[in-house]
Amino acid sequence: MTSEVALENVWIRFGDFVAARDINITIRAGEFFSFLGPSGCGKTTLLRAVSGFLEPSEGRVLIGGADMAGIGPNKRPTALIFQNLALFPLMSVWENITFALEVRGVGAARRRKRADELLELIALPGQGDKTVGELSGGQRQRVAIARALAAEPEVLLLDEPLSALDLKLRQRMRTELRDIQRRVGITFIYITHDQGEALTMSDNIAVMREGVIEQVGDGNTLYDRPNTAFVASFVGENNLFRGTVGAAERGAVTVETAAGALRARPATGAALAAGDDAFVFIRPESLRFDDAMEMENRIGAHIQRREFEGSFWQVFLDADGAEQPLKLSMVNDDAAAARRPGQRVTLGFAAELAVATRAGPLAAG
Amino acid sequence: MTPLRHLREFHRRNGAGLSLFLIGATGFWILFMIVLPQLFMADFSFRANVPPPKWGTPEHYYTLEHYRYMIYGGGGEGSFNVIDLRVFFKTIGAAMLVTLFDAALCYPIAWHLAQAARGGWARLMVLALVVPFWVNEILRAFAFHILFGASGVLNSALMAAGVLDEPYDFVRENIALYAGLGYAFILLMIFPIYNAMESLDKNQVEAARDLGASRWRIHRRVVMPHAKPGITSGCTMVFMLTAGALAAPQILGGPGSLWFTQIIYQAFNQAGNWARGSAYAIILLVSCIVLVLALMKAFKVRLGEIAR
Ligand SMILES: Nc1ncnc2c1ncn2[C@@H]1O[C@H](COP(=O)(O)OP(=O)(O)OP(=O)(O)O)[C@@H](O)[C@H]1O
Ligand SMILES: [Mg+2]
Repeated sequence: MTSEVALENVWIRFGDFVAARDINITIRAGEFFSFLGPSGCGKTTLLRAVSGFLEPSEGRVLIGGADMAGIGPNKRPTALIFQNLALFPLMSVWENITFALEVRGVGAARRRKRADELLELIALPGQGDKTVGELSGGQRQRVAIARALAAEPEVLLLDEPLSALDLKLRQRMRTELRDIQRRVGITFIYITHDQGEALTMSDNIAVMREGVIEQVGDGNTLYDRPNTAFVASFVGENNLFRGTVGAAERGAVTVETAAGALRARPATGAALAAGDDAFVFIRPESLRFDDAMEMENRIGAHIQRREFEGSFWQVFLDADGAEQPLKLSMVNDDAAAARRPGQRVTLGFAAELAVATRAGPLAAG
Repeated sequence: MTPLRHLREFHRRNGAGLSLFLIGATGFWILFMIVLPQLFMADFSFRANVPPPKWGTPEHYYTLEHYRYMIYGGGGEGSFNVIDLRVFFKTIGAAMLVTLFDAALCYPIAWHLAQAARGGWARLMVLALVVPFWVNEILRAFAFHILFGASGVLNSALMAAGVLDEPYDFVRENIALYAGLGYAFILLMIFPIYNAMESLDKNQVEAARDLGASRWRIHRRVVMPHAKPGITSGCTMVFMLTAGALAAPQILGGPGSLWFTQIIYQAFNQAGNWARGSAYAIILLVSCIVLVLALMKAFKVRLGEIAR
């Protein structure tokens, strides 16, 4: 069984500090949903409110339509996978996995059988009698997942469960997690500050900043149609031009920047009007050298240096009037190989691929 | 690590001079304060009871008579030393009960200190636990006597509340004694348990709760196994010290009751029978050690874990 999770006007305060501010969100039953945001933005806090370790200061948490107020974590249909896993080191692997069944009074023989099934699911057959300490990091990770699944939750909550693993293992576990989610079919709520994880696994993602949800959408939407400067700078690479709105029409705005007047599509909900401070974002792969002359936006620049990435080149450029170097990525072909540092070039980009947002906080780094 | 590696590491950290001093001082302490006196006691316990001038003479021969006396008494074979044996077993049993009671009382206190209490409140609790022990042991025992006496605070309160019509003799019934003994070593129970509990990852408790466990099951399956070395260590100390306590039984014991240590004390000081006193003391010591080791085996605790 799987359930929808809804947060309605949820505020969470610690004294004067507001860790979550008027959160409204509906997570559909059976979807893989991620909260993505930098460290300290309130992701864990929100997850604890869903799992029941913390009551919201205001607002409601609904699971499967039922108000969870006053219902403790041991009574909610959720299971939480902790940031540090929190496996029980003094129990064997199979006892860890079936702890939730032991709590419900299931006999040892049936528990053992269930443990073997789950060990099969997480690709650790026959390892039930080991102690937790004898497992590798990735194996422990999977045992934590099995332990949570054994509770047959309607919603599985995962708090950065991959953060302790090395890069290779992390990438493999992404695929495995997604795979397990498809097979068990329950709602997964996943927390991460790693946009790669969120983009590869999730059906939908909520981008958070300082206790506020900036935007909710699938990975494509967040990447192609960011609503705020923070989302545009946090999700994926982006080039930024600061400026002031010159003219605003339906479907396109002109922003006066140090690199000249740039036309861009206004972000949803930005409601830009002439005179507003605005940012224009353009992705590295949307910048062009070759057919620049046919494009609406053109910038003069020098090639500063380039990095070979295998299938593509990353080119860094000093644009006229830009504070930071621009990044451009292009497919590795003969034309790309001909581009050398020091060359004077004209860059172009299409207005519909550029996004203009209201000026606002950016992601660090 | 092998003992030799330990020693080398110890040497590297402290330098030659300090290492020698530390090892020498500890060695001196162990040898002269613990090993030698005990060896003398053991030697005494196996010899005839003669006054000091005759020590070392042929009259100071080896014998098992004091151990035999503990079991069979002065009468002929077939009769048992009922008085001493009864006191012995009563002492061991009562010490075990006091230990269990202390463990049950201290476990929740230690849990509260380790996981729930924060900052100022936790410090206040620790102070409230520790400060009474600045008072001398004998004074504390007399304070308990006053508390539990016929016209003591407890009787006055219970009579004022209408629970009792006439004073209840807590001292005669040994309730004062058990309360005093229970309180005497309470810190030695709380702090080892607290220490063990403090190192428990809070997330484990939350994980168990999240998986549906009741409070009781969280303790039985997660907290207690983790705190077991601390519990064992506390129980061992409290049991040994309670069985070997003298001040509290002297002051708080009812008229008809004796603690085994009082019999030992009488043998040394009133009967002047050092040999029997030594034999009885050795019997108490060995019985306590054997009992503790047996219980540790039963509860699957290794000696090394206690020292953690
Ligand atoms: N019990 C608490 N009391 C006071 N402040 C708290 C408490 N718990 C969390 N906070 C604050 O709330 C904010 C959000 O914390 P939270 O743990 O939710 O961040 P996070 O997004 O999970 O970060 P990370 O990615 O580092 O885990 C932080 O500023 C933190 O200091
Ligand atoms: Mg967190």
